[in-house]
Amino acid sequence: MARSTTVVMEGILDANDALAEANRVQFDRAGTCVVNMMSSPGSGKTQILERTLEALAGRLTMGVLEGDVQTSLDASRLERFNVPVVQINTGTEFGGGCHLDANMVRTALPMLPLDRIELLFVENVGNLVCPAGFLLGEDRRVIVASVAEGEDKPLKYPQMFRCADLVLINKADLMPYLDFDVDLLLRNVDAVNPAAPHILLSAKTGAGMDAWLAWLLQAVDGRGSARAEGPEE
Amino acid sequence: MHELSLASAILEIAIRRSDGRSISVVRVDVGVLRQASPSALEFGFEALSAGTTAHGARLEIRPVGARGRCEECGACSALFGFPILCPRCGSQRVDIIAGEELMVTSLDVEDPDGA
Repeated sequence: MARSTTVVMEGILDANDALAEANRVQFDRAGTCVVNMMSSPGSGKTQILERTLEALAGRLTMGVLEGDVQTSLDASRLERFNVPVVQINTGTEFGGGCHLDANMVRTALPMLPLDRIELLFVENVGNLVCPAGFLLGEDRRVIVASVAEGEDKPLKYPQMFRCADLVLINKADLMPYLDFDVDLLLRNVDAVNPAAPHILLSAKTGAGMDAWLAWLLQAVDGRGSARAEGPEE
Repeated sequence: MHELSLASAILEIAIRRSDGRSISVVRVDVGVLRQASPSALEFGFEALSAGTTAHGARLEIRPVGARGRCEECGACSALFGFPILCPRCGSQRVDIIAGEELMVTSLDVEDPDGA
């Protein structure tokens, strides 16, 4: 048998990126601004969302796409805010357990009334590694760190922090009880992502929420001008 | 692990581009900035290719180092870690020009006798 070499030159993530672009087209048509929230498990993404849905009720129409390996616990927590919430469980998906990808988001879109959603939050699977590589069609990427996680996390997980349009630092209410150097954390964030703004907040007390809400409202207003871009191939 | 998703995508590309022929080698470029573990990719590819036309194929991974072009002084340099700074002038304004590749570059296939 003869062997031959076929030149391929195809991006491994091209299929995902094409689906992300198709999602993007659908979001644009519906006028929906999409914010992809990523973090390690337990940083407080869901509590931030609870506070946000409460604070912006009546000002913006919102929805949530929840991504978790298992359970619909997060979706259940958010349903009381009377916004459409769709839960995606990745646990039954072969090869897709640890992050959301564009295909998973695409299959969930028919379940959301996008025409009536100005701001869609995607709460990604808790994971500081894998979600960074998978575009979903979002407008903005928000990384949630917390004061309980250590100042070194941006250096240990550079790809995640590099892709952030905004870094939220949550659980600020715990600072009096921790040996946490917030300036060191911010220097470490700047070392991997000098462009991203940061907001220190406490979803529990509400401190810092105004700055976060202002950033979101600006994102919704400026939706046409900047789309989340993945790393160039 | 996300390497399993990547391995699945590599396999899909390889099978689609090989026209049903048996695949012996799949070559991929993996930029170091992608945080993709070569051993996890190989393991995932081996597991997923079982029973397909890529069964037993070798996954050859070419790591691609990080390089940047400085927006201030124009120097193109290899980059070795964070913070990403121009080695010549120290500027933070560096465009990444290499190190983010994730690409199937070529395959070796076995042509059936007489084809």
